[in-house]
Amino acid sequence: MAILIDQSKRVLVQGITGREGMARAKLMTEYGTQVVAGVTPGRGGERVEGVPVYDTVLEAWEQVGPIDVSVLFIPAPLVRSAALEAMDAGVKLLVIVPDRVPIYDVLSIAARAKTAGARFIGPNTLGVLSPGKAVLGMMGGRASSAKSWFIPGPVGISSRSGGITSSMAYYLAREGIGATTLVHVGGDAVVGLPHPEVMLEFERDPETKAVVMFGEIGTSQEERVADLIEAGAFTKPLVAYIGGKAAKQGTRFSHAGAIVEGGRGTHEGKVERLREVGATVVESFMELPRATKEVLARVS
Amino acid sequence: MARLHEYQGKHHLEQGGILVPRGAAATTAQAAYAIAAEIERPVMVKAQVWVTGRAGIGAIRKAATPEEAALAAEALLGQRIKNLTVTEVLVEEQVQITREFYAGVIVDDRAQAPLVIFSSVGGTGIEEIAIAHPDKVASTHVDIERGLLDYQARDLVRRTGISGKLQSDLGELLVKLYQVARTYEARSAEINPLVLTAEGNLVAADCRITVDDYAVFRHPNLGIEIAREYDRPPTALEKIAYAIEAQDYRGTFYFIQMAEDFKHGEGYIGFHGAGGGGSMMSMDALLRQGFKVATFVDTSGNPPASKVYRAAKIVLAVGPIDGYFGSGSGVASQEQFYSARGLFKAFVEAQLDVPIVVRLGGNGEERAVEILEGLNGRIPAPVEGYKKDDSPDFCAQRLAALIDEKAEKRECGAAHRRAANGDVGSNPELLYTFASPTGTVTLNHALCATCASKVCIEACARRILSLNAEGLPVLNITPEEAKKGRCVECLGCEVDCLLHGAGGGRVDLPIEGLTNSQPQVKG
Repeated sequence: MAILIDQSKRVLVQGITGREGMARAKLMTEYGTQVVAGVTPGRGGERVEGVPVYDTVLEAWEQVGPIDVSVLFIPAPLVRSAALEAMDAGVKLLVIVPDRVPIYDVLSIAARAKTAGARFIGPNTLGVLSPGKAVLGMMGGRASSAKSWFIPGPVGISSRSGGITSSMAYYLAREGIGATTLVHVGGDAVVGLPHPEVMLEFERDPETKAVVMFGEIGTSQEERVADLIEAGAFTKPLVAYIGGKAAKQGTRFSHAGAIVEGGRGTHEGKVERLREVGATVVESFMELPRATKEVLARVS
Repeated sequence: MARLHEYQGKHHLEQGGILVPRGAAATTAQAAYAIAAEIERPVMVKAQVWVTGRAGIGAIRKAATPEEAALAAEALLGQRIKNLTVTEVLVEEQVQITREFYAGVIVDDRAQAPLVIFSSVGGTGIEEIAIAHPDKVASTHVDIERGLLDYQARDLVRRTGISGKLQSDLGELLVKLYQVARTYEARSAEINPLVLTAEGNLVAADCRITVDDYAVFRHPNLGIEIAREYDRPPTALEKIAYAIEAQDYRGTFYFIQMAEDFKHGEGYIGFHGAGGGGSMMSMDALLRQGFKVATFVDTSGNPPASKVYRAAKIVLAVGPIDGYFGSGSGVASQEQFYSARGLFKAFVEAQLDVPIVVRLGGNGEERAVEILEGLNGRIPAPVEGYKKDDSPDFCAQRLAALIDEKAEKRECGAAHRRAANGDVGSNPELLYTFASPTGTVTLNHALCATCASKVCIEACARRILSLNAEGLPVLNITPEEAKKGRCVECLGCEVDCLLHGAGGGRVDLPIEGLTNSQPQVKG
């Protein structure tokens, strides 16, 4: 088992003829993802990596049948329209890869997702990868790398940083610890599937025995994970590292979410709250593999 | 987030139908005098700086006459408040306050919706008031498609215990405030205090609006120079960097200058990361070695080599750094040798003479390290490249060791200086040139003719070069196609050519505002 993606899911790539779309369609198909169609307006009839391209999502659906997931490689200003198109056509899970999507556009996508019963990962996400099964987005970059870096195993991985998602999974794999699924929730302040939602997914997955989380300063995602643990809604062991300790109050780094606002979302606050409910919070990133090993030894 | 000054925010509130005190911004005492004279009533003179609690630090002054207004402006203009220098003051009429409220709109990440907040008490310390008197504060989420409806706004006010005409007036104002926030895509828009005047009008006495950085491109009328929040004005280099970021959408380039006016030997390092999380982690590793950080740079999200090059050039322009440290998450999905080429070109041009340690783990790391280490002997500085199995702490320790060793400056051959001098030096008729999206590619066919490897053909990311009948590299697409983006500025035809070919390739990538004489190499 895995969460969100495996080889049974039928995947669409919106923006498949662009620079990133082409490269990542190759990654996804070579890794094992069932990419059934691509969409680029005005480019219907072409093929990319053997995948048929259509002009609209509705056309793709009519031609290839039901679509479970759409991965968007679309310039940020056009993301809203493309996301609404996919949800209107009936797609229930979107992976929104681009950075710099305006926040009100994200709110608009979120509102539509609620009424459509759909969900979205990102924006500003590297994607999702279930080792040995399938990948959505650009995680791993190339299929050969993704295959050698990530191995299947009992740990769920959730991260607010894309690069850290890969490096956590890699450094764990180097110590023999594999993963069920790697999720990069996205670097923005408002994301479709924040940490707490991912934790609930891992809670339902019988193969996930523990979860490793990379949190960051800003937003309330990590505090809400603590709330879930406290409420008994998330019961699996959690190992966490919170980045951004050195960030000065008011100084922002690349992630729009990494902002310290009015005492909420601080490094200390997150660490304290997670420890309070029994999570293992490590002080240094490189301690994650050891701490995870210890936690796994306890559960088995 | 892009913050608006109070007077700018008030302008947009006024456009949205909300009353604001009569007034205007002034940059000189004379202008302040003129504005006060036109108002013909006592005024407030308010420093336009992004700090809270201005009244408490004397940044807001009362003036009964135009003369007093001019004096107040004189005192405030040029004053330093925290990290900001006052360059503008707002001169506006004093309002007779009978009651203060708070009204705000923020984007709530938890609910994924805008949140409208109203408090029946306002003014300074609103956060404490909200905690101490929760019954005086009400909030409601807004349906992004329907907007804030009139009844919702009135009900919000009702819940704080206000009734009658005031309830209706406040409800109407909240709807207008929401519309302003929505129109300008504000991450937050607050009026505090919102005052009821002696005449019974609701007036925005102060406001604070921050616009979503990612939406600024849709609002050119806001005149926002840099869509990013600083606790000080952006530096000249930050402006240059931002222009590059704004003009080239491929990948991320984020630059913050962390130090100015420092000297060689003070321990300042040019820090160049990749990916927000990994960069912060790597910066922490640098700090653990006792270094200070001169720059925080992030080039990630699969940027072209040209963008990484420009980023490095800007880092080198910051000042006399003691070392250059590049490190990100360590297991990057992007092909790292493109970044390596960008760094290579920048370091060769600058002939950098302080130690360089770069950790470029992830895809293409073998090639990336090979390129970086190819710098040894071509520049005076020692260069070490590392991969995903090397931790940030280890790499930071290596940098410290190299700096401690005061590694001997190495001699580098004249042939390698060619690129640094920017002199292709040849018969112009033998220069084959075409435009790339942000620069110019020149292939010196006189040198190409002597080249055995013709490595540029293979090194080119998009394979847009082929050998012509004479065996010289030329475009196999039209120059227009190259300029439009088929040339991805991978720098293969310059860097790989320098490493393995005859050195005939060169890509000129201008950086607007940055003079070439700025690199910080000493002696």
